Amino acid sequence: MATAVMTTLDPNSRSAARGMSDLTIRNLFIIPTIIFLIVFNIFPLLYSLGYSFTDFRASSPAPASFVGLQNYRELLNDPFIWSNFAITAKYVIVSVVGQVIVGFGVALLLNRDIPLKGLLTTLLLLPMMLSMAVVGLFWKLLYDPSFGIINYTLGLGSFEWLSNPDMALYAVAITDIWMWSPFVMLLSLAGLSAVPKHLYEAAAIDRAGSFYTFFRITLPLVAPILMIAIIFRTMEAFKTFDLAYILTSQPTTEVISIRLYKMAFQEWQTGRSCALAYIVLIMILAITNIYVKYLNKVKER
Amino acid sequence: MRKTMTSVLAGIAMTLASGTAAYSQELTIFWAEWDPANYLQELVNLYEAETGVKVTVETTPWSDFQTKAFTEFNAKGSAYDMVVGDSQWIGAASEAGHYVDLTDFFNKHNLKEVMAPATVKYYAEYPSNSGKYWSIPAEGDAVGWSYRKDWFEDPKEKEAFKAKYGYDLDVPKDFKALRDIAEFFHRPDEKRYGVAIYTDNSYDALVMGVENAIFSFGGELGDYATYKVDGIINSEQNVKALEAYKELYSFTPPGWAKSFFIEDNQAITENLAAMSMNYFAFFPALINEASNPNAKVTGFFANPPGPNGDQFAALGGQGISVISYSQNQEEAMKFLEWFIKDETQKKWAELGGYTASAKVLESPEFQNATPYNKAFYETMFKVKDFWATPEYAELLIQMNQRVYPYITGNQGTAKEVLDSLAADWNATFKKYNRVK
Repeated sequence: MATAVMTTLDPNSRSAARGMSDLTIRNLFIIPTIIFLIVFNIFPLLYSLGYSFTDFRASSPAPASFVGLQNYRELLNDPFIWSNFAITAKYVIVSVVGQVIVGFGVALLLNRDIPLKGLLTTLLLLPMMLSMAVVGLFWKLLYDPSFGIINYTLGLGSFEWLSNPDMALYAVAITDIWMWSPFVMLLSLAGLSAVPKHLYEAAAIDRAGSFYTFFRITLPLVAPILMIAIIFRTMEAFKTFDLAYILTSQPTTEVISIRLYKMAFQEWQTGRSCALAYIVLIMILAITNIYVKYLNKVKER
Repeated sequence: MRKTMTSVLAGIAMTLASGTAAYSQELTIFWAEWDPANYLQELVNLYEAETGVKVTVETTPWSDFQTKAFTEFNAKGSAYDMVVGDSQWIGAASEAGHYVDLTDFFNKHNLKEVMAPATVKYYAEYPSNSGKYWSIPAEGDAVGWSYRKDWFEDPKEKEAFKAKYGYDLDVPKDFKALRDIAEFFHRPDEKRYGVAIYTDNSYDALVMGVENAIFSFGGELGDYATYKVDGIINSEQNVKALEAYKELYSFTPPGWAKSFFIEDNQAITENLAAMSMNYFAFFPALINEASNPNAKVTGFFANPPGPNGDQFAALGGQGISVISYSQNQEEAMKFLEWFIKDETQKKWAELGGYTASAKVLESPEFQNATPYNKAFYETMFKVKDFWATPEYAELLIQMNQRVYPYITGNQGTAKEVLDSLAADWNATFKKYNRVK
């Protein structure tokens, strides 16, 4: 079955000369990857599932004892954890919506014949290529109430972006939007350029307004690829750690991954943090599933 | 010929001997990345010159120190022979068997008398009053204050202060005066602010700052022997202390909600605040004109007493411990014997380290060496520390979770915050079977 889907080996190739079959080559490429995945992903995943039912602490030589669902029960009853989830949800919504609006908007602007389009697109992609930690440190300086350039340019005086508990999460989200809108823009641009031109021509002949053209032609056709961008960004935003950790330490910006990090590596509650990691994993899976269902529906249209 | 042969053989033997010796004669000490670690490297270079044993001080940034050290301990790694570990770690590290028991060493050298009592109590002994010792007090440290002498001594300011508050503007004699002075100098229009305090909640900064108020107001965090917290952490003094700390926060420069030692020193170097809280370990940078343009006009004082005259300060600092998984434990013990000698401790202080040796601390030589050594000496005999139980990190995070929103975000009242904290701590101690 597996061999049936593969293309035949070029009889003049070196591999063929060595007498390697298609199957051998496939195994040569795939088996190391599978082993790597099993050792570094699947095994720890299952192992930590086991730990999540114990009171194991990596910092202590005491043997782990089985506590059943206690970790899950206590975590789900902890108001602080729920507030962490609420913060994360708020962050995901603000940051992903922002990225889609900015990214898709810029893509629409770029999707026409303008001079230096290639250069412009490349330059716009730069933020995405920086390291999260570097972006965090730079934006911390930009936001500084005493000498930050943002307050200076906007004339906000000494407005406290990061130490104001109500503003800090938005400040982190703005940074994330700055950094990741280019990603949405790139995917949207690919989607936009794939929309057949004749549809627009037909719409023009029918004297359709630009509003109508956008909602009836552009958006439905770009939707599948935009959905993929949204799925990726939602998963990433849900896992955000670096930006929020570096920029501020407000309790109002303690997203779930920061709480998880503290639980695992500062408090060394290994068993309980495994349980929390599983809760987060299940949530991400559930959200992604909803998206994928929706994506399939969009594709069917 | 025979003579040549003998000398060649002797040479080979010597080389072999020194070769094998050099193999084992290397020690690694792990510490956080800050100035005292550089001073320690200078100190241990002297040990190498004396004995030929090469000692390296390896460092990592503070934010990463705890995680990196415990990851290595948990993996039973032998990368480090000794660690200058934070005072709160002692419970976790000793109960888990990461540290070598130094009780015999301690008693043999009578270190209980040699080192300042508070440093023995908080850096070395665990559980409290058990007579079991796990580290040698190495870097004494506590929270103190720096202030702008030129602002304080300005005659116009003095006059205005006296007119407003009815007493002379001087180094604060108590928390009330600290508050008044902070309020007096708090002038946002002139971009001058009253006071710089610790507020960062990512590790122990905010808690240390709050402790300064709590301890001086006569409060305690709990009973460290019985783990009783109810009625102690939420006592009346503590409520007042927390309110006082919150009030100080209103006199800080803008954006002061994630501040630790770097920001607090900047408050002095950048002309932001009249007074600034910081660990003594960071004061050398304030008398250095290269790092502080106001070096000549910067003064220092110990944490002032509270309303009832109690005067304490939050302890920082670290003891040096031998790691159980080290393969050079014997060599490490020899190093410690050298480290506790009076001459070494004196040299340590000269290099910039904060010795815990009572003899050196008491010497006028030490006390007059810098503008802040006297305040340091006074403070080191009245310090108190956070919980040192293995679950200290959970207690710390719970305290941050409760106190931070109150101090920086106006959430709840001091009483509510401390009542909730008492409940959190009680639940944690129950979880670890410390209380029934």
